[in-house]
Amino acid sequence: MDKFDPNKDGVVIPPELQHQVTVTTLDKIYNWSRSKSMWPMMFGLACCAIEMICTAASRFDLARFGMEVMRSSPRQSDVMIIAGTVTKKMVPFIVRLYNQMAEPRYVIAMGSCASGGGPFKEGYNVVPGIDKYLPVDVYVAGCPPTPEALLNGLMTLQKKVETESIATSPWYSKKAEPVPVPLLGPDLIDLKKIDLFPIQIPVESQPEPPAASEVGGAE
Amino acid sequence: MTNEFVMPSSIDGADEYLASVAAQETRPGFSGWVIPADQNQVIIRHLKENFNYDFLSSVTGVDNYPDPTLEVVYHLFKSTGGGALVLHAQIDRNDPRIASMVPLYRGAEFQEREIWDLFGIQFEGHPDLRRILLWEGFDGHPLRKDWKEPFYEEDVKPYKSRWPEGKASLIEEQNPLRDNVQFPAGFTPKNWTPEGEKKLVDAVKSQPVSEELETDEMVLNLGPQHPSTHGVLRMITATEGEKIVSLKPVLGYLHRNHEKIGERNTFLQIMPYTDRLDYISSMSNNFGYALAVEKLMGITPPERADYIRVMMAELTRISSHMMANGFLLNDLGAYFTPSLYSLEERELLLDVFEAASGSRMMCNYFRFGGVARDVPPEVLVKVKDLVENRLPRKIDELDRYLTNNELVMVRTQGVGTLTDEQAINFSITGPILRASGVPYDIRRSDPYSIYERLEFDVVTKTHGDVYDRYLVRLEEMRQSVRILKQVLAQMPEGPVMTGKPVYQVRVPAGEAFGHVEAPKGELGFYVISDGKPNPKRYHVRAPSFINMTAMEQMSIGWKIADVMAVLGSVDIVLGEVDR
Repeated sequence: MDKFDPNKDGVVIPPELQHQVTVTTLDKIYNWSRSKSMWPMMFGLACCAIEMICTAASRFDLARFGMEVMRSSPRQSDVMIIAGTVTKKMVPFIVRLYNQMAEPRYVIAMGSCASGGGPFKEGYNVVPGIDKYLPVDVYVAGCPPTPEALLNGLMTLQKKVETESIATSPWYSKKAEPVPVPLLGPDLIDLKKIDLFPIQIPVESQPEPPAASEVGGAE
Repeated sequence: MTNEFVMPSSIDGADEYLASVAAQETRPGFSGWVIPADQNQVIIRHLKENFNYDFLSSVTGVDNYPDPTLEVVYHLFKSTGGGALVLHAQIDRNDPRIASMVPLYRGAEFQEREIWDLFGIQFEGHPDLRRILLWEGFDGHPLRKDWKEPFYEEDVKPYKSRWPEGKASLIEEQNPLRDNVQFPAGFTPKNWTPEGEKKLVDAVKSQPVSEELETDEMVLNLGPQHPSTHGVLRMITATEGEKIVSLKPVLGYLHRNHEKIGERNTFLQIMPYTDRLDYISSMSNNFGYALAVEKLMGITPPERADYIRVMMAELTRISSHMMANGFLLNDLGAYFTPSLYSLEERELLLDVFEAASGSRMMCNYFRFGGVARDVPPEVLVKVKDLVENRLPRKIDELDRYLTNNELVMVRTQGVGTLTDEQAINFSITGPILRASGVPYDIRRSDPYSIYERLEFDVVTKTHGDVYDRYLVRLEEMRQSVRILKQVLAQMPEGPVMTGKPVYQVRVPAGEAFGHVEAPKGELGFYVISDGKPNPKRYHVRAPSFINMTAMEQMSIGWKIADVMAVLGSVDIVLGEVDR
């Protein structure tokens, strides 16, 4: 609440209406209400999910930030916390769940596995970071991150949400394209890279499609 | 824990029988017998029927590349106690076939599917030989030594790219797709049809639908994203009305290639990976792995280290059982309230782990020949306070709130039963086996560390249902408190490590199977060394994985809502199921 001051825009309110009427911009009140009720999706992948549960439990108490409502359905949630190692077998489901979430939707990559593969990066069934498939908003470091680190990540996301504007935010300008769901063939097939097949070695591969705007994670 | 102790088969005549049909293992450091591969079923049936080797703990494959053989290794135990009987069967690498053990031991079902998946060994007579951890259509069998993953750098660590003088570059830059993927030559998705999940649906629908009632069988999918699946577990069920006719767990959504990475790591580098197996009880995982490698190296930890290890393992057991009981109630529908009570106690135990090891969950605390560092004296005071005052009171509180709760009793009594014979046949271990009335606990049946001198009871119940599993866990927490009291009273002063701590341990060639009674059941580590800094084979006998084999047996005939209760009582952790 420290930065939120609805009356600071220089609008003069008549004395008789003071303490009864507030003048603010739509963005501010809208972002304020959104950022204070981020509903995470109840969706754990691996070890980090246990720390996510601990964050939600009584000692660290996610409810202090308006985020205790963990929804099991993607349709009702605002933020997806990728809590754990993303495997090739699992990533089609994660992308489908992301596509099913209502906009605006956010992604937190919790822990080193979700951010970049972590200790399991070299594994044959591991996706080295969920950002290969989904636009990640906040990265949280740690293996697993402590509950404090996750809380810091969620607060970083709140700050990011507060800087958005209805006029410029991609969520309202056009319909967001769903992320193509990868296929499981002889290996994981990313449909964004389908033009590169059949693979000739060496090949000049295209640069990664730019992810949505990124805010520095909690280090 | 000497080799004489783990080979009691000489007493009952099994050795004479084996000497007549098999050859004694002669490779240095190896124990057990080499059986002819075409006779494996006959020999093991004889051992089971005449010598009471009724518990097939572990089946695993070994690739002897560049030798042209694959090996199947069986670890047989008696449910009445004693050490392992190890049998090796060698088969041709180009046409690997061997008879399945499923007709004798149902517990081999998933393990043999895993071997087929990762080594490509065909098990003849297996009822449902599909891939289990990877998906149908995956290219290759990854645990073969000549199969290389897309991010392959070198055979063994440390890789040159991780040294300052080596070229430091991202491994992605060497991959044509800039990603962790590889495809067979000439593959293009444009003329390829996805395999889909037909095989999966066929497997679950193979049961005949009842003739008298004209009902349709419905295939229902649960997971991998489901509020009560304990992680990314997926189950596919065929139901008649709401009654389960058949159920197949679909695993591998958290398959993190633990064993492949482990075989590239040095021995000590594996230790932090073991934390991430059963990530609720990382100290127990450290324990099992340290025991296996210590057996190979022939060292024993100093007295104080042994006591610290047992203290940490028992604290882990309490925290794991707390969570198991809390989340069982979650699955029954008591949304999060009981688990909040459990998590409160767990946080106190995590503080102890953090003070001793530096990390809340991933402790990485054990070393070969001891523990990483001594426990600070104020932590011991805290543990003493927990053990003497807080934990017994809180366990009683949980007992008072839940055990006689009408709803808990109605939902769990008589549900998901498993008889003692079935449980042994399914290679079930841990609280599930003991709830079925089998007093099998590795701490007593094949004692390790200092458990021989500690007083505690092996808790058993008789009904083998969900309720009894809950009761066994509750009572085991009390026994753990009892052990902890003795440990704290007897803990000697002294060093906590044999020899100097080193990064690169020298492990002589040989094989070792170290197993501990982890909170979920028997956690075994099978390690083969060929004298190099890295293990030749590193296999985890994961209790959660093998306990899942009986999931179908426990669920058939019950309603969908009861499956969740059964799953909660099995208490799986996906990090260990999929590894």
